[in-house]
Amino acid sequence: MTGPVLEVDAVRKSYGERLVLDDVSLRVDEGDVICLIGSSGSGKSTLLRCLNLLEPIDDGEIRFEGSEISDPRVDARAVRSRIGMVFQAYNLFPHLSVLDNCTLAPRKVHGLSRTAAEARARDLLGQFGLGDHVDQHPDRLSGGQQQRAALVRALCTEPRLLLLDEITAALDPELVGDVLDIVRSLAETGTTMVLATHEMSFARDVATQVCFLHEGRILEQGPPAEIFTDPREERTRAFLRRVLPPA
Amino acid sequence: MAATWTPSERELERRRLRQRLRRRDLVVATTVTLVVFVGLGLGITSTPGWDAVQELFFNGFHARESFDAVLEGFWVNVKLFMICEPVILALALAVALARQARAAWLVPLRIVAVLYTDVFRGIPTILLVILLAFGMPALGLQGIPISATFWAGVALVLSYGAYVAEVFRSGIESIHPSQLASADALGLSRAQAMRHVVVPQAVRRVVPPLLNDFVSLQKDTALVASAGILDAVFAARNYGNFNFNYTPLVVVACFFVVMTVPLARLTDWLQRRYVERERAGAR
Ligand SMILES: Nc1ncnc2c1ncn2[C@@H]1O[C@H](COP(=O)(O)OP(=O)(O)OP(=O)(O)O)[C@@H](O)[C@H]1O
Ligand SMILES: [Mg+2]
Repeated sequence: MTGPVLEVDAVRKSYGERLVLDDVSLRVDEGDVICLIGSSGSGKSTLLRCLNLLEPIDDGEIRFEGSEISDPRVDARAVRSRIGMVFQAYNLFPHLSVLDNCTLAPRKVHGLSRTAAEARARDLLGQFGLGDHVDQHPDRLSGGQQQRAALVRALCTEPRLLLLDEITAALDPELVGDVLDIVRSLAETGTTMVLATHEMSFARDVATQVCFLHEGRILEQGPPAEIFTDPREERTRAFLRRVLPPA
Repeated sequence: MAATWTPSERELERRRLRQRLRRRDLVVATTVTLVVFVGLGLGITSTPGWDAVQELFFNGFHARESFDAVLEGFWVNVKLFMICEPVILALALAVALARQARAAWLVPLRIVAVLYTDVFRGIPTILLVILLAFGMPALGLQGIPISATFWAGVALVLSYGAYVAEVFRSGIESIHPSQLASADALGLSRAQAMRHVVVPQAVRRVVPPLLNDFVSLQKDTALVASAGILDAVFAARNYGNFNFNYTPLVVVACFFVVMTVPLARLTDWLQRRYVERERAGAR
């Protein structure tokens, strides 16, 4: 397919009086890995939720695969079935086993048979080192394991676009490396991703574009090499000074 | 910042579109509602026995005639409900908490709580009302109230206390153990954790089933009629037996419905406010 996977144009979002996203524009091409960076509360999670139509926007436009999805007539479920999302707080279903968490949407939304869905889920869970926890309930898993299970749950529907909200936040440095490898191999197989992260090395390694959010605006965006070595904006520089270890 | 913002043409068009969709939904809802209710009304009034039924149950003259007596009786139901309900809430919460107590020296309390719920949930409320309202005054004990209404109220409290205790208990047990763990980690005692962390969340969660039991109690205040207490139902039956017309019973039914509706709306409102405040992002 030609043309961008996702286009965000002048999106605005406020909660009551509080303006959370202001004039945000973003273009995501096939195979892109876009990293959203910025301090806590800058609106990263909110932007991701808007892209997935979990939050209605107050102005602007979002286009997915060429058609506008911010239109009130659009079937939000059809859009979401093509977009995968991993939440900051995992949001696994506690009453289902890990396997059932991963096969619920493939079976009920995408119409896969139980055997096909389970085969695919087991395969992915194995790849993510969760082979031993397939039949356990999420509460039995460590934070990092839950995070990976949530990632598998999103991948099981073979989404066109993957939205990841700080998926490495709860992982130890070793696992961060593992997940980074997984994300990179996903990018190579053509999965397009938008992810929010506080891990600057992660962003530098996998991103094709880095967006710096500040108080709900994208102050600066560009390839990681540019943003991390020679940022244009003073605020970006100040933010990076705070989060990056002094060289 | 917000003051200088004017929505774009696209956003304005989207708002118009949303409004149109809303209007379409409204039209669909109105049409369907009208069709259903008019159909039902026509269906009922065209049955062969409708005229006789209307005469016996929906007679305007008898409704007006019996209104004052029913209203006076209904006041007894309202008073019973208003007094019993807070007592039930307190008793039930105490029983639920007693069942949660883990300290060794509180074991007898736990046993009493378990026995209480098992026994009083098992006895039909109407039997309890009759037993206490007739039995207690008949004991002739010095120093206890002899009013049948008082003992009927006690019966309602005992019976409903057992139900509501179980509602509270299910709410308490539905709070995720991680909440107790974080309370423990902060150094709170078990009682403090219950008081400040678990119970507030549990109560919010069980508001809908609690309301259900409240409404049920409002209706079950009518059971005191079986103990000869002059409430709305008793007054209506009295009137019906003298005038061979059952319209007053329908009047009583209307009274009960009118009493329960505001409570339902209040609960909806409370629930919505809680969701808006504490479940906003649900991230
Ligand atoms: N439901 C809501 N109601 C009101 N304000 C909200 C709501 N959700 C988020 N906000 C506000 O929006 C702002 C952006 O929140 P968001 O979760 O997008 O930040 P973030 O960049 O993801 O931060 P973090 O890095 O800590 O996850 C915050 O200031 C927050 O207080
Ligand atoms: Mg966030």
